[in-house]
Amino acid sequence: MEAILRVENLTYTYSAGTPFEHSAVEGINLTVLPGEFLGIIGHTGSGKSTLMQQLNGLLKPTAGRIYLDGRDIWSEPKEIRKVRFRVGLVFQYPEYQLFEETVYKDIAFGPTNMGLSDGEIDRRVRDAAAFVGLSEEQLFSSPFELSGGQKRRAAIAGVIAMEPEVLILDEPTAGLDPRGRDRILEQIRDYHREKGTTVILVSHSMEEIARNVDRIAVLHRGHTYMDGTPAQVFARAEELMSIGLDVPQVTKVALALREKGVDVDPSVCTVEALRQELLTLKGGGGAC
Amino acid sequence: MLKDITLGQYFPGDTPVHRLDPRTKIICVVLYIVALFCAKWFVSYGVIIAVLTLCVCLSRVPLRALSRGLRPVYIIVAFTALMNLFFTAGEPVSDLPVLRYISQTGVYTALFMVLRIVLLITGTFLLTYTTSPIALTDALDQLLAPLKKLRVPVHELTLMMSLALRFIPTLIEETDKIMSAQKARGADFESGNLIRRAKALIPILVPLFVSAFRRADELATAMECRCYHGGEGRTALYVLRYRAADYAVLASFVLLAAGQIVLGRLGW
Ligand SMILES: Nc1ncnc2c1ncn2[C@@H]1O[C@H](COP(=O)(O)OP(=O)(O)OP(=O)(O)O)[C@@H](O)[C@H]1O
Ligand SMILES: [Mg+2]
Repeated sequence: MEAILRVENLTYTYSAGTPFEHSAVEGINLTVLPGEFLGIIGHTGSGKSTLMQQLNGLLKPTAGRIYLDGRDIWSEPKEIRKVRFRVGLVFQYPEYQLFEETVYKDIAFGPTNMGLSDGEIDRRVRDAAAFVGLSEEQLFSSPFELSGGQKRRAAIAGVIAMEPEVLILDEPTAGLDPRGRDRILEQIRDYHREKGTTVILVSHSMEEIARNVDRIAVLHRGHTYMDGTPAQVFARAEELMSIGLDVPQVTKVALALREKGVDVDPSVCTVEALRQELLTLKGGGGAC
Repeated sequence: MLKDITLGQYFPGDTPVHRLDPRTKIICVVLYIVALFCAKWFVSYGVIIAVLTLCVCLSRVPLRALSRGLRPVYIIVAFTALMNLFFTAGEPVSDLPVLRYISQTGVYTALFMVLRIVLLITGTFLLTYTTSPIALTDALDQLLAPLKKLRVPVHELTLMMSLALRFIPTLIEETDKIMSAQKARGADFESGNLIRRAKALIPILVPLFVSAFRRADELATAMECRCYHGGEGRTALYVLRYRAADYAVLASFVLLAAGQIVLGRLGW
Protein backbone atom coordinates (compact mmCIF):
# COMPACT_ATOMS: atom_id res chain seq x y z
CA MET A 1 0.00 0.00 0.00
CA GLU A 2 1.15 3.54 -0.79
CA ALA A 3 2.24 5.37 2.35
CA ILE A 4 0.27 8.48 3.29
CA LEU A 5 3.16 9.94 5.27
CA ARG A 6 6.77 9.04 4.72
CA VAL A 7 9.61 10.48 6.73
CA GLU A 8 13.16 10.19 5.47
CA ASN A 9 16.26 10.85 7.51
CA LEU A 10 14.57 13.57 9.47
CA THR A 11 16.79 15.69 11.69
CA TYR A 12 15.84 18.71 13.74
CA THR A 13 18.31 20.87 15.66
CA TYR A 14 17.14 23.51 18.12
CA SER A 15 19.14 26.77 18.33
CA ALA A 16 21.52 25.67 15.57
CA GLY A 17 24.77 27.61 15.56
CA THR A 18 24.64 28.70 19.21
CA PRO A 19 26.18 27.17 22.33
CA PHE A 20 22.70 25.83 23.15
CA GLU A 21 22.58 23.73 19.98
CA HIS A 22 20.65 20.52 20.60
CA SER A 23 19.47 17.83 18.20
CA ALA A 24 16.02 16.71 19.31
CA VAL A 25 15.41 14.40 16.32
CA GLU A 26 18.22 12.62 14.50
CA GLY A 27 17.82 10.73 11.24
CA ILE A 28 14.36 9.32 11.79
CA ASN A 29 12.72 7.16 9.11
CA LEU A 30 9.06 6.37 9.43
CA THR A 31 6.22 5.26 7.17
CA VAL A 32 2.56 5.70 7.97
CA LEU A 33 -0.04 3.80 5.94
CA PRO A 34 -3.51 5.18 5.17
CA GLY A 35 -6.07 4.26 7.78
CA GLU A 36 -3.44 3.09 10.22
CA PHE A 37 -3.59 3.76 13.97
CA LEU A 38 0.03 4.41 14.90
CA GLY A 39 1.31 4.87 18.42
CA ILE A 40 4.45 6.87 19.15
CA ILE A 41 5.97 6.26 22.50
CA GLY A 42 9.08 7.60 24.15
CA HIS A 43 10.51 8.99 27.31
CA THR A 44 10.17 12.68 28.23
CA GLY A 45 12.45 14.64 25.93
CA SER A 46 12.83 11.86 23.38
CA GLY A 47 11.71 14.18 20.59
CA LYS A 48 8.11 13.11 20.10
CA SER A 49 6.60 16.58 20.01
CA THR A 50 9.42 17.87 17.83
CA LEU A 51 8.81 15.07 15.33
CA MET A 52 5.07 15.69 15.28
CA GLN A 53 5.43 19.43 14.70
CA GLN A 54 7.48 18.69 11.64
CA LEU A 55 4.88 16.33 10.21
CA ASN A 56 2.43 19.18 9.69
CA GLY A 57 5.00 21.78 8.72
CA LEU A 58 5.10 23.82 11.91
CA LEU A 59 8.81 23.19 12.23
CA LYS A 60 10.97 23.03 9.17
CA PRO A 61 13.35 20.05 9.29
CA THR A 62 17.05 20.85 9.59
CA ALA A 63 17.68 17.93 7.25
CA GLY A 64 15.60 15.18 5.67
CA ARG A 65 12.26 15.10 3.93
CA ILE A 66 8.60 14.49 4.68
CA TYR A 67 6.32 13.17 1.96
CA LEU A 68 2.56 13.53 2.22
CA ASP A 69 0.88 11.34 -0.39
CA GLY A 70 4.21 11.12 -2.20
CA ARG A 71 4.77 14.90 -2.34
CA ASP A 72 7.47 16.66 -0.36
CA ILE A 73 5.56 19.01 1.94
CA TRP A 74 8.23 21.70 1.67
CA SER A 75 8.37 21.62 -2.14
CA GLU A 76 6.12 24.68 -2.08
CA PRO A 77 6.65 26.57 1.18
CA LYS A 78 3.80 28.97 0.33
CA GLU A 79 1.33 26.10 0.36
CA ILE A 80 2.31 24.84 3.81
CA ARG A 81 -1.04 25.96 5.24
CA LYS A 82 -2.77 23.38 3.04
CA VAL A 83 -0.58 20.70 4.57
CA ARG A 84 -1.72 21.78 8.02
CA PHE A 85 -5.35 21.27 7.02
CA ARG A 86 -4.55 17.76 5.79
CA VAL A 87 -2.41 16.78 8.77
CA GLY A 88 -4.27 17.95 11.85
CA LEU A 89 -2.18 18.29 15.01
CA VAL A 90 -3.65 18.44 18.49
CA PHE A 91 -0.96 19.90 20.74
CA GLN A 92 0.07 18.79 24.17
CA TYR A 93 -2.28 20.60 26.61
CA PRO A 94 -4.44 21.97 23.79
CA GLU A 95 -6.94 23.55 26.17
CA TYR A 96 -4.68 26.59 26.55
CA GLN A 97 -5.31 27.58 22.95
CA LEU A 98 -9.06 28.17 23.33
CA PHE A 99 -9.91 31.81 22.76
CA GLU A 100 -13.40 32.38 21.35
CA GLU A 101 -16.54 33.52 23.15
CA THR A 102 -18.26 30.20 22.65
CA VAL A 103 -17.06 26.65 22.20
CA TYR A 104 -18.92 26.58 18.90
CA LYS A 105 -16.97 29.51 17.50
CA ASP A 106 -13.71 28.04 18.73
CA ILE A 107 -14.31 24.73 17.01
CA ALA A 108 -15.28 26.66 13.88
CA PHE A 109 -11.92 28.50 13.83
CA GLY A 110 -10.12 25.84 11.78
CA PRO A 111 -12.91 25.22 9.25
CA THR A 112 -13.37 29.00 8.84
CA ASN A 113 -9.67 29.37 8.05
CA MET A 114 -10.15 26.71 5.39
CA GLY A 115 -12.65 29.01 3.69
CA LEU A 116 -15.58 26.60 3.81
CA SER A 117 -19.21 27.62 3.38
CA ASP A 118 -21.31 28.41 6.47
CA GLY A 119 -23.43 25.30 6.02
CA GLU A 120 -20.39 23.06 5.80
CA ILE A 121 -18.78 24.72 8.82
CA ASP A 122 -21.92 24.17 10.85
CA ARG A 123 -22.07 20.50 9.87
CA ARG A 124 -18.43 19.94 10.75
CA VAL A 125 -18.63 21.71 14.09
CA ARG A 126 -21.65 19.66 15.13
CA ASP A 127 -20.08 16.42 13.90
CA ALA A 128 -16.85 17.10 15.74
CA ALA A 129 -18.68 18.09 18.91
CA ALA A 130 -20.71 14.90 18.76
CA PHE A 131 -17.55 12.81 18.38
CA VAL A 132 -15.94 14.22 21.48
CA GLY A 133 -19.22 14.17 23.41
CA LEU A 134 -19.92 17.86 23.91
CA SER A 135 -23.58 18.68 24.43
CA GLU A 136 -25.54 21.38 22.62
CA GLU A 137 -25.61 23.42 25.79
CA GLN A 138 -21.85 23.22 26.23
CA LEU A 139 -21.40 24.16 22.59
CA PHE A 140 -22.83 27.60 23.27
CA SER A 141 -21.18 28.27 26.59
CA SER A 142 -17.84 30.02 27.03
CA PRO A 143 -14.86 27.68 26.74
CA PHE A 144 -13.52 29.14 29.96
CA GLU A 145 -16.51 27.83 31.89
CA LEU A 146 -15.81 24.21 31.01
CA SER A 147 -13.92 21.76 33.20
CA GLY A 148 -10.38 20.75 32.29
CA GLY A 149 -11.43 17.54 30.56
CA GLN A 150 -14.22 19.27 28.66
CA LYS A 151 -11.83 21.99 27.53
CA ARG A 152 -9.48 19.32 26.28
CA ARG A 153 -12.30 17.74 24.29
CA ALA A 154 -13.36 21.08 22.84
CA ALA A 155 -9.79 21.66 21.69
CA ILE A 156 -9.59 18.21 20.11
CA ALA A 157 -12.90 18.89 18.34
CA GLY A 158 -11.35 22.06 16.94
CA VAL A 159 -8.85 19.95 15.02
CA ILE A 160 -11.22 17.12 14.14
CA ALA A 161 -13.57 19.68 12.58
CA MET A 162 -10.98 20.33 9.89
CA GLU A 163 -11.48 16.67 8.91
CA PRO A 164 -7.77 16.10 8.34
CA GLU A 165 -6.57 12.99 6.51
CA VAL A 166 -4.05 12.38 9.26
CA LEU A 167 -4.97 13.20 12.83
CA ILE A 168 -2.07 13.57 15.26
CA LEU A 169 -2.73 13.75 18.98
CA ASP A 170 0.20 14.72 21.18
CA GLU A 171 -0.43 13.20 24.61
CA PRO A 172 -4.17 13.87 24.55
CA THR A 173 -4.67 12.34 27.98
CA ALA A 174 -1.86 14.04 29.92
CA GLY A 175 -3.06 15.31 33.27
CA LEU A 176 -6.55 13.77 33.14
CA ASP A 177 -8.15 11.41 35.65
CA PRO A 178 -8.45 7.73 34.64
CA ARG A 179 -12.07 8.02 33.60
CA GLY A 180 -11.52 11.15 31.54
CA ARG A 181 -8.54 9.46 29.96
CA ASP A 182 -10.50 6.35 29.00
CA ARG A 183 -13.33 8.40 27.55
CA ILE A 184 -11.07 10.47 25.34
CA LEU A 185 -9.24 7.38 24.11
CA GLU A 186 -12.51 5.65 23.42
CA GLN A 187 -13.74 8.63 21.42
CA ILE A 188 -10.54 8.71 19.41
CA ARG A 189 -10.85 4.99 18.75
CA ASP A 190 -14.47 5.42 17.59
CA TYR A 191 -13.46 8.28 15.39
CA HIS A 192 -10.74 6.20 13.80
CA ARG A 193 -13.09 3.30 13.23
CA GLU A 194 -15.93 5.33 11.78
CA LYS A 195 -13.98 7.72 9.60
CA GLY A 196 -11.10 5.48 8.65
CA THR A 197 -8.75 8.43 9.19
CA THR A 198 -5.08 7.79 9.81
CA VAL A 199 -4.42 8.50 13.48
CA ILE A 200 -1.09 9.01 15.23
CA LEU A 201 -1.27 8.87 19.00
CA VAL A 202 1.68 10.14 21.02
CA SER A 203 1.94 8.98 24.57
CA HIS A 204 4.28 7.80 27.23
CA SER A 205 1.82 5.42 28.76
CA MET A 206 2.25 1.89 27.47
CA GLU A 207 -1.15 0.78 28.72
CA GLU A 208 -2.80 3.46 26.68
CA ILE A 209 -0.88 2.65 23.52
CA ALA A 210 -1.15 -1.12 23.89
CA ARG A 211 -4.91 -1.13 23.96
CA ASN A 212 -5.47 1.11 20.98
CA VAL A 213 -2.94 1.05 18.20
CA ASP A 214 -2.05 -1.19 15.26
CA ARG A 215 1.62 -0.34 15.28
CA ILE A 216 4.07 1.23 17.69
CA ALA A 217 7.16 3.31 17.04
CA VAL A 218 9.44 3.74 20.04
CA LEU A 219 11.56 6.90 20.12
CA HIS A 220 14.68 7.13 22.21
CA ARG A 221 16.97 10.19 22.27
CA GLY A 222 15.77 11.35 18.87
CA HIS A 223 16.12 7.96 17.14
CA THR A 224 13.56 5.28 16.29
CA TYR A 225 14.44 2.54 18.72
CA MET A 226 11.77 0.02 17.68
CA ASP A 227 9.00 -0.11 15.13
CA GLY A 228 6.45 -2.89 14.94
CA THR A 229 3.12 -4.30 16.08
CA PRO A 230 2.38 -4.12 19.80
CA ALA A 231 3.13 -7.84 20.10
CA GLN A 232 6.52 -7.45 18.42
CA VAL A 233 7.42 -4.45 20.54
CA PHE A 234 6.34 -5.92 23.85
CA ALA A 235 8.16 -9.13 23.09
CA ARG A 236 11.26 -7.04 23.75
CA ALA A 237 10.03 -5.92 27.15
CA GLU A 238 13.47 -6.00 28.75
CA GLU A 239 14.97 -3.64 26.18
CA LEU A 240 12.03 -1.30 26.71
CA MET A 241 12.57 -1.32 30.43
CA SER A 242 16.29 -0.70 29.94
CA ILE A 243 15.53 2.63 28.25
CA GLY A 244 13.24 3.57 31.09
CA LEU A 245 9.90 2.76 29.47
CA ASP A 246 7.26 0.72 31.14
CA VAL A 247 5.43 -2.23 29.66
CA PRO A 248 1.74 -2.92 30.25
CA GLN A 249 0.85 -4.62 33.53
CA VAL A 250 -0.42 -7.65 31.63
CA THR A 251 2.90 -8.09 29.87
CA LYS A 252 4.60 -7.98 33.25
CA VAL A 253 2.26 -10.69 34.53
CA ALA A 254 3.02 -12.81 31.48
CA LEU A 255 6.75 -12.32 31.99
CA ALA A 256 6.46 -13.31 35.63
CA LEU A 257 4.48 -16.40 34.66
CA ARG A 258 7.16 -17.40 32.19
CA GLU A 259 9.78 -17.11 34.90
CA LYS A 260 7.70 -19.51 36.95
CA GLY A 261 7.74 -21.94 34.05
CA VAL A 262 4.31 -21.26 32.51
CA ASP A 263 4.74 -21.22 28.75
CA VAL A 264 2.78 -18.07 27.83
CA ASP A 265 3.55 -15.76 24.96
CA PRO A 266 5.44 -12.87 26.59
CA SER A 267 4.15 -10.33 24.10
CA VAL A 268 0.48 -10.32 25.16
CA CYS A 269 -0.60 -6.82 25.90
CA THR A 270 -4.29 -6.93 26.78
CA VAL A 271 -6.05 -8.72 29.60
CA GLU A 272 -8.30 -10.46 27.10
CA ALA A 273 -5.36 -11.85 25.13
CA LEU A 274 -3.69 -13.18 28.25
CA ARG A 275 -6.94 -14.80 29.33
CA GLN A 276 -7.25 -16.56 25.99
CA GLU A 277 -3.64 -17.63 26.18
CA LEU A 278 -4.04 -19.11 29.65
CA LEU A 279 -7.30 -20.81 28.70
CA THR A 280 -5.67 -22.50 25.71
CA LEU A 281 -2.79 -23.61 27.91
CA LYS A 282 -5.23 -25.15 30.37
CA GLY A 283 -6.62 -27.22 27.56
CA GLY A 284 -9.39 -24.95 26.41
CA GLY A 285 -12.82 -24.17 27.87
CA GLY A 286 -13.80 -23.77 31.51
CA ALA A 287 -13.15 -20.84 33.79
CA CYS A 288 -9.70 -19.90 34.87
CA MET B 1 12.07 32.83 16.61
CA LEU B 2 10.73 35.00 19.42
CA LYS B 3 13.46 33.48 21.55
CA ASP B 4 16.07 35.44 19.64
CA ILE B 5 15.14 38.61 21.47
CA THR B 6 17.74 39.24 24.15
CA LEU B 7 16.75 41.26 27.12
CA GLY B 8 20.15 41.78 28.60
CA GLN B 9 20.74 38.06 28.69
CA TYR B 10 22.86 36.71 31.49
CA PHE B 11 25.98 34.71 30.59
CA PRO B 12 26.76 32.48 33.55
CA GLY B 13 30.43 32.35 34.39
CA ASP B 14 32.97 32.40 37.16
CA THR B 15 35.29 35.31 36.42
CA PRO B 16 36.45 38.17 38.65
CA VAL B 17 33.73 40.31 37.08
CA HIS B 18 31.02 37.74 37.76
CA ARG B 19 32.18 37.34 41.35
CA LEU B 20 31.94 41.02 42.26
CA ASP B 21 29.11 42.03 44.51
CA PRO B 22 26.18 43.12 42.30
CA ARG B 23 25.93 46.38 44.27
CA THR B 24 29.54 47.15 43.44
CA LYS B 25 28.82 46.54 39.79
CA ILE B 26 25.78 48.81 39.76
CA ILE B 27 27.67 51.64 41.48
CA CYS B 28 30.59 51.15 39.11
CA VAL B 29 28.32 51.38 36.11
CA VAL B 30 26.90 54.64 37.45
CA LEU B 31 30.43 55.99 38.00
CA TYR B 32 31.42 54.74 34.56
CA ILE B 33 28.53 56.65 33.00
CA VAL B 34 29.54 59.82 34.87
CA ALA B 35 33.10 59.33 33.65
CA LEU B 36 31.90 58.73 30.11
CA PHE B 37 29.83 61.90 30.02
CA CYS B 38 32.77 63.97 31.26
CA ALA B 39 35.01 62.69 28.48
CA LYS B 40 35.82 65.40 25.94
CA TRP B 41 38.79 64.45 23.82
CA PHE B 42 40.97 61.53 22.70
CA VAL B 43 42.83 61.15 25.98
CA SER B 44 39.73 60.81 28.14
CA TYR B 45 37.93 58.54 25.64
CA GLY B 46 41.10 56.46 25.46
CA VAL B 47 41.02 55.96 29.24
CA ILE B 48 37.38 54.85 29.12
CA ILE B 49 38.03 52.45 26.26
CA ALA B 50 40.97 50.97 28.13
CA VAL B 51 38.89 50.43 31.28
CA LEU B 52 36.03 48.86 29.33
CA THR B 53 38.36 46.60 27.35
CA LEU B 54 39.95 45.41 30.56
CA CYS B 55 36.53 44.61 32.08
CA VAL B 56 35.34 42.81 28.93
CA CYS B 57 38.51 40.71 28.79
CA LEU B 58 38.23 39.81 32.46
CA SER B 59 34.56 38.88 32.10
CA ARG B 60 35.17 36.59 29.09
CA VAL B 61 31.84 37.64 27.58
CA PRO B 62 32.09 36.82 23.86
CA LEU B 63 32.45 39.90 21.68
CA ARG B 64 29.71 38.58 19.44
CA ALA B 65 27.23 38.76 22.31
CA LEU B 66 28.25 42.35 23.04
CA SER B 67 27.84 43.43 19.45
CA ARG B 68 24.47 41.70 19.31
CA GLY B 69 23.34 44.00 22.08
CA LEU B 70 24.28 46.93 19.86
CA ARG B 71 22.21 45.74 16.93
CA PRO B 72 18.96 47.52 17.83
CA VAL B 73 20.73 50.90 18.10
CA TYR B 74 22.68 50.81 14.82
CA ILE B 75 20.14 53.10 13.19
CA ILE B 76 20.21 55.61 16.02
CA VAL B 77 24.00 55.60 15.95
CA ALA B 78 24.11 56.12 12.19
CA PHE B 79 21.51 58.87 12.40
CA THR B 80 23.36 60.69 15.20
CA ALA B 81 26.61 60.44 13.27
CA LEU B 82 25.09 61.91 10.10
CA MET B 83 23.30 64.71 11.92
CA ASN B 84 26.44 65.76 13.74
CA LEU B 85 28.55 65.37 10.65
CA PHE B 86 26.45 67.68 8.49
CA PHE B 87 24.87 70.10 10.90
CA THR B 88 27.76 71.24 13.06
CA ALA B 89 28.89 74.74 12.17
CA GLY B 90 32.60 75.39 11.60
CA GLU B 91 35.48 75.34 9.14
CA PRO B 92 34.70 73.00 6.15
CA VAL B 93 37.06 70.04 5.77
CA SER B 94 37.70 70.86 2.13
CA ASP B 95 35.87 72.53 -0.74
CA LEU B 96 35.07 69.41 -2.76
CA PRO B 97 31.31 68.96 -3.56
CA VAL B 98 30.04 66.95 -0.57
CA LEU B 99 32.85 67.61 1.89
CA ARG B 100 31.98 71.29 1.71
CA TYR B 101 29.10 70.69 4.08
CA ILE B 102 31.20 68.90 6.63
CA SER B 103 33.02 70.91 9.22
CA GLN B 104 36.09 69.77 11.10
CA THR B 105 34.36 70.10 14.45
CA GLY B 106 31.49 68.12 12.91
CA VAL B 107 33.78 65.17 12.25
CA TYR B 108 35.01 65.15 15.85
CA THR B 109 31.54 65.60 17.34
CA ALA B 110 30.17 62.78 15.21
CA LEU B 111 33.03 60.48 16.16
CA PHE B 112 32.71 61.21 19.87
CA MET B 113 28.90 60.88 19.83
CA VAL B 114 29.12 57.45 18.23
CA LEU B 115 31.83 56.42 20.68
CA ARG B 116 29.75 57.66 23.56
CA ILE B 117 26.64 55.69 22.57
CA VAL B 118 28.58 52.51 21.85
CA LEU B 119 30.55 52.73 25.10
CA LEU B 120 27.44 53.51 27.10
CA ILE B 121 25.53 50.52 25.77
CA THR B 122 28.43 48.10 25.92
CA GLY B 123 29.20 49.10 29.49
CA THR B 124 25.66 48.65 30.74
CA PHE B 125 25.24 45.41 28.80
CA LEU B 126 28.37 44.08 30.44
CA LEU B 127 26.57 44.53 33.75
CA THR B 128 23.54 42.51 32.67
CA TYR B 129 25.69 39.89 30.94
CA THR B 130 27.69 39.21 34.08
CA THR B 131 25.01 39.61 36.76
CA SER B 132 21.98 37.39 37.09
CA PRO B 133 18.66 39.25 37.13
CA ILE B 134 17.97 38.04 40.64
CA ALA B 135 21.28 39.38 41.93
CA LEU B 136 20.57 42.67 40.17
CA THR B 137 17.21 43.15 41.79
CA ASP B 138 18.56 42.15 45.19
CA ALA B 139 21.28 44.71 44.79
CA LEU B 140 18.83 47.41 43.70
CA ASP B 141 16.62 46.57 46.62
CA GLN B 142 19.49 47.29 49.01
CA LEU B 143 20.93 50.27 47.18
CA LEU B 144 17.55 51.98 47.06
CA ALA B 145 16.66 51.06 50.65
CA PRO B 146 17.27 54.63 51.93
CA LEU B 147 14.38 55.76 49.71
CA LYS B 148 12.02 53.75 51.91
CA LYS B 149 12.26 56.63 54.39
CA LEU B 150 10.57 58.76 51.73
CA ARG B 151 7.81 56.15 51.48
CA VAL B 152 8.97 54.90 48.11
CA PRO B 153 7.82 51.25 47.91
CA VAL B 154 11.31 50.00 47.02
CA HIS B 155 10.76 46.39 47.93
CA GLU B 156 7.52 46.17 45.96
CA LEU B 157 9.15 47.75 42.94
CA THR B 158 12.14 45.43 42.94
CA LEU B 159 9.89 42.44 43.54
CA MET B 160 7.82 43.45 40.54
CA MET B 161 11.00 43.79 38.54
CA SER B 162 12.31 40.36 39.44
CA LEU B 163 8.92 38.75 38.78
CA ALA B 164 8.74 40.43 35.38
CA LEU B 165 12.26 39.28 34.55
CA ARG B 166 11.41 35.79 35.71
CA PHE B 167 8.28 35.56 33.57
CA ILE B 168 9.43 37.15 30.35
CA PRO B 169 11.03 33.95 29.02
CA THR B 170 8.02 31.94 30.15
CA LEU B 171 5.65 34.25 28.34
CA ILE B 172 7.77 34.19 25.20
CA GLU B 173 7.79 30.41 25.24
CA GLU B 174 4.06 30.37 25.80
CA THR B 175 3.48 32.79 22.92
CA ASP B 176 5.51 30.53 20.66
CA LYS B 177 3.44 27.55 21.69
CA ILE B 178 0.08 29.27 21.26
CA MET B 179 1.14 30.62 17.87
CA SER B 180 2.07 27.13 16.73
CA ALA B 181 -1.20 25.71 18.00
CA GLN B 182 -3.23 28.32 16.14
CA LYS B 183 -1.15 27.88 13.02
CA ALA B 184 -1.95 24.18 13.19
CA ARG B 185 -5.59 25.25 12.84
CA GLY B 186 -4.76 27.33 9.82
CA ALA B 187 -4.29 30.74 11.43
CA ASP B 188 -2.44 33.06 9.10
CA PHE B 189 -0.32 35.81 10.63
CA GLU B 190 1.67 36.77 7.59
CA SER B 191 -0.76 37.90 4.91
CA GLY B 192 -3.53 40.46 4.56
CA ASN B 193 -3.72 44.16 5.35
CA LEU B 194 -3.07 45.80 8.69
CA ILE B 195 -6.59 45.27 10.06
CA ARG B 196 -6.60 41.60 9.13
CA ARG B 197 -3.22 41.12 10.71
CA ALA B 198 -4.31 42.87 13.88
CA LYS B 199 -7.37 40.64 14.00
CA ALA B 200 -5.19 37.59 13.51
CA LEU B 201 -3.54 38.42 16.83
CA ILE B 202 -6.71 37.83 18.83
CA PRO B 203 -6.31 34.04 18.86
CA ILE B 204 -2.87 34.57 20.40
CA LEU B 205 -3.57 37.40 22.79
CA VAL B 206 -6.67 35.96 24.43
CA PRO B 207 -5.07 32.67 25.52
CA LEU B 208 -1.90 34.52 26.47
CA PHE B 209 -3.73 36.90 28.79
CA VAL B 210 -5.81 34.11 30.25
CA SER B 211 -2.70 32.15 31.08
CA ALA B 212 -0.81 35.19 32.36
CA PHE B 213 -3.62 35.92 34.81
CA ARG B 214 -3.80 32.28 35.82
CA ARG B 215 -0.06 32.25 36.45
CA ALA B 216 -0.21 35.45 38.44
CA ASP B 217 -2.97 33.99 40.54
CA GLU B 218 -1.10 30.76 41.15
CA LEU B 219 2.07 32.64 41.99
CA ALA B 220 0.25 34.82 44.50
CA THR B 221 -1.22 31.75 46.15
CA ALA B 222 2.13 29.98 46.18
CA MET B 223 3.80 32.99 47.78
CA GLU B 224 1.13 33.29 50.41
CA CYS B 225 1.42 29.58 51.17
CA ARG B 226 5.04 30.25 52.01
CA CYS B 227 4.06 33.09 54.32
CA TYR B 228 5.21 35.95 52.15
CA HIS B 229 4.07 39.15 53.77
CA GLY B 230 5.95 41.92 52.03
CA GLY B 231 9.40 43.33 52.62
CA GLU B 232 8.99 44.17 56.33
CA GLY B 233 11.53 42.29 58.41
CA ARG B 234 12.48 40.02 55.55
CA THR B 235 15.97 38.55 55.61
CA ALA B 236 17.96 37.10 52.75
CA LEU B 237 19.23 33.54 52.41
CA TYR B 238 22.35 34.71 50.64
CA VAL B 239 23.45 37.92 52.30
CA LEU B 240 25.32 40.29 50.03
CA ARG B 241 28.72 41.17 51.45
CA TYR B 242 31.37 43.57 50.19
CA ARG B 243 34.80 41.97 50.08
CA ALA B 244 38.26 43.44 49.64
CA ALA B 245 38.03 43.18 45.86
CA ASP B 246 34.79 45.16 45.91
CA TYR B 247 36.39 48.01 47.85
CA ALA B 248 39.35 48.04 45.50
CA VAL B 249 37.16 48.12 42.41
CA LEU B 250 34.90 50.79 43.89
CA ALA B 251 37.91 52.93 44.73
CA SER B 252 39.30 52.58 41.21
CA PHE B 253 36.02 53.62 39.66
CA VAL B 254 35.72 56.63 41.96
CA LEU B 255 39.23 57.54 40.84
CA LEU B 256 38.22 57.01 37.23
CA ALA B 257 35.24 59.34 37.54
CA ALA B 258 37.26 61.97 39.40
CA GLY B 259 40.11 61.70 36.91
CA GLN B 260 37.73 62.11 34.00
CA ILE B 261 36.21 65.21 35.54
CA VAL B 262 39.69 66.73 35.78
CA LEU B 263 40.61 65.63 32.24
CA GLY B 264 37.33 67.10 31.00
CA ARG B 265 38.09 70.43 32.67
CA LEU B 266 41.49 70.44 30.99
CA GLY B 267 39.76 69.74 27.68
CA TRP B 268 41.82 66.59 27.00
N1 LIG C 1 11.80 25.24 21.77
C1 LIG C 1 12.85 24.48 22.11
N2 LIG C 1 14.10 25.00 22.16
C2 LIG C 1 15.16 24.25 22.49
N3 LIG C 1 15.09 22.95 22.80
C3 LIG C 1 13.89 22.36 22.79
C4 LIG C 1 12.70 23.08 22.44
N4 LIG C 1 11.65 22.24 22.51
C5 LIG C 1 12.15 21.05 22.88
N5 LIG C 1 13.49 21.10 23.05
C6 LIG C 1 14.38 19.99 23.42
O1 LIG C 1 14.23 18.97 22.47
C7 LIG C 1 14.15 17.71 23.09
C8 LIG C 1 12.90 16.99 22.64
O2 LIG C 1 11.77 17.69 23.06
P1 LIG C 1 10.29 17.23 22.75
O3 LIG C 1 9.39 18.29 23.24
O4 LIG C 1 10.20 16.88 21.32
O5 LIG C 1 10.19 15.95 23.66
P2 LIG C 1 8.93 15.00 23.93
O6 LIG C 1 9.34 13.65 23.52
O7 LIG C 1 7.72 15.59 23.31
O8 LIG C 1 8.83 15.06 25.51
P3 LIG C 1 7.51 15.05 26.46
O9 LIG C 1 7.12 13.64 26.63
O10 LIG C 1 8.02 15.66 27.71
O11 LIG C 1 6.48 15.89 25.78
C9 LIG C 1 14.20 17.95 24.58
O12 LIG C 1 15.49 17.60 25.03
C10 LIG C 1 13.95 19.42 24.75
O13 LIG C 1 14.77 19.92 25.78
MG1 LIG D 1 5.93 16.37 23.99
